[in-house]
Amino acid sequence: MTTRNDETPMLRFFTAGSVDDGKSTLIGRLMFDTKTIFEDQLEAVEKSSKKRGDERLDLALLTDGLRAEREQGITIDVAYRYFATPRRKFIVADTPGHVQYTRNMVTGASTAQLAILLADARKGILEQTRRHAFISTLLGIKNIVVCVNKMDLVDWSEDAFDAVVRDVQAFASKLDVSNITFIPISALHGDNVIERSQNMAWYEGPSLLYHLEHVHVGGETNLVDARFPVQTVIRPHSDEWHDFRGYAGQVQGGVFKPGDEVVALPSGFTTRIEKIRLVDRELDEAFWPMSVVMTLEDEIDISRGDMIAKPQNRPEADQDLTLMVCWFSPNKPLQARSRWAVRHTTQEARAIVQELHYKVDVNSLHRVEGNVESLQLNDIGRVTLRTSAPLFHDPYRRNRMTGSVILVDELTNETVGAGMIR
Amino acid sequence: MPDYHVDHLTHLEAESMFVLREVATQFREPCLLFSGGKDSICVAHLAYKAFWPARMPFRLLHVDTGHNFPETIEYRDAFAEKVGARLLVGSVEESIRSGRVNEETGPNPSRNALQTVTLLDTIEEHGFDAAIGGARRDEEKARAKERVFSHRDEFGQWDPKNQRPELWTLFNGRMRVGEHFRVFPLSNWTELDVWRYVQREEIELPSLYFAHDRKVFERDGSLLAETEFTRPSDGERVETRTVRFRTIGDVTCTGAVESQASSLEDVIAEVAAARKTERGTRADDRRSETSMEDRKRQGYF
Repeated sequence: MTTRNDETPMLRFFTAGSVDDGKSTLIGRLMFDTKTIFEDQLEAVEKSSKKRGDERLDLALLTDGLRAEREQGITIDVAYRYFATPRRKFIVADTPGHVQYTRNMVTGASTAQLAILLADARKGILEQTRRHAFISTLLGIKNIVVCVNKMDLVDWSEDAFDAVVRDVQAFASKLDVSNITFIPISALHGDNVIERSQNMAWYEGPSLLYHLEHVHVGGETNLVDARFPVQTVIRPHSDEWHDFRGYAGQVQGGVFKPGDEVVALPSGFTTRIEKIRLVDRELDEAFWPMSVVMTLEDEIDISRGDMIAKPQNRPEADQDLTLMVCWFSPNKPLQARSRWAVRHTTQEARAIVQELHYKVDVNSLHRVEGNVESLQLNDIGRVTLRTSAPLFHDPYRRNRMTGSVILVDELTNETVGAGMIR
Repeated sequence: MPDYHVDHLTHLEAESMFVLREVATQFREPCLLFSGGKDSICVAHLAYKAFWPARMPFRLLHVDTGHNFPETIEYRDAFAEKVGARLLVGSVEESIRSGRVNEETGPNPSRNALQTVTLLDTIEEHGFDAAIGGARRDEEKARAKERVFSHRDEFGQWDPKNQRPELWTLFNGRMRVGEHFRVFPLSNWTELDVWRYVQREEIELPSLYFAHDRKVFERDGSLLAETEFTRPSDGERVETRTVRFRTIGDVTCTGAVESQASSLEDVIAEVAAARKTERGTRADDRRSETSMEDRKRQGYF
């Protein structure tokens, strides 16, 4: 059931790019050509395309599922799609291009391991694509594939492709990205999507699907820092399990084994792991993303929101957090002294904004410093929060799960911001 | 150090268990919508695993249209007993009798849409603040857009254009009094994943999912079972064919497919090779291009 090898059997990616760069068409193409689309879905799309008077089958209709999206021909919210090849299962988040829906794009990117950015071969990368590239790297995505799309409209020209590549590379040099791949495609006609294109003999790289099937995304989960945020305490109150007291949660970093010495936070008590269970099965070890129940050798006070870690490797536990924040609220800005609820792993606390350091201009990637009074909808900036209780956290770069928070408006209950710690 | 990975079913299972545990702790009175279909069976099985050796902290809620296959009801009752869960039945029949809804008339009457009223009434009556469902994003294009924690206003409505951002695994279940959440732990599963999981976990399913002989007739390209609720009109010929069901819902809108798949292995092979979606057999989805979105906005499952 568990394997140790170099390759993940499941890859999550998202597509981003400007409006009309062809994101939805590309996903439609991937699904169509991997035979994931069913006959009745295809018939429905054919019918809709015909009704709208389209010349060709509009593959974007497969993912733009909401009435308003189909009417306006745009993507408003993330659509999740699934396809599989014999090598991998893929979960795709098709995210919106319009600037007012950036928050939905961030939603799609937060769980992804890889980003596909589309660029129109005729236009190069536009502001929205830069924003998406920047947000991708901010969210810790190390693998980016730039698909230079609509190559059919530039006569499959290598020069046009190279111009976009140079453009992106100049911009990307300022980003924290380890692996960036360029592929010239035509989503509409399928060139270099599944099969290598006959129209671009000058291109020697793989097709997009081949790349997605083989790209190495291992090593992105943290196997060093053992972290187990407790979700709930299992107390059966039955005769058979009278004294059972188990801690349920998902391992969010490192490896835990029975017999390991562990520390419970915030209490600081140490003990050893007695057993790690998945129902009646006893496991030799547990690591991300396993959801398990742990029992400990000593009875110590642990409840939801507490963190089980190793005594020699503890998360940080201060009440002052500095983070990069993406702001989502169209109504309320983030300002110094403003108060929010903060959710982190299985913890919840209140937070007050101590300082707003700077905003980021997503085009130049320059910091806008001095006189920054607030973060408005879709702004990204550096913020220091004071929380009502210590949050057991790691830097986001080390661990996406213990390094992320959301901010919630206590009045409306809306999720208004996403934060990445340091 | 080697890389550690789990296979994709183990990964999906772990994520779903995480979601179910979040529901149990973030809400005061959650329930689990249980139809006796494979998806809700799968969710209930995951809930059993997530809280073992304690009992799952959810009541099972079945919204009963009164138009059931008897096999479904038998299975439902036996299942609830086996996992030691409390079962609650919301009755569409009752909603009709009390005048909350009117029975549909016309050539293809169905109680499917009426379930929404019964569901919302039951949620309100029992003060449920979260209802866990077995819907998957791969089922339908409006569902592909839905969050795992999906907010409903005090009228039970979904606002697809204004969903809360849902980041990482930080689910936000905060709400005002009178509102509730729908939670979908199987969001990232596909039909094939569910079947493979059923096989791996050796989960018993209602017999309707496997090939059997049944009297059916054709209507709008679907094969409907002949029952007391679904009778052929003029020109629709009843014949006995070997069929099975890919989804199980209300008798009036659940179509059968011709199939010889009598074992799990056969069914999985069939699903893997299928060229039509499972909801392709559902008459309720074929009423208009956005019928699922329209029903969901009003509070459907």
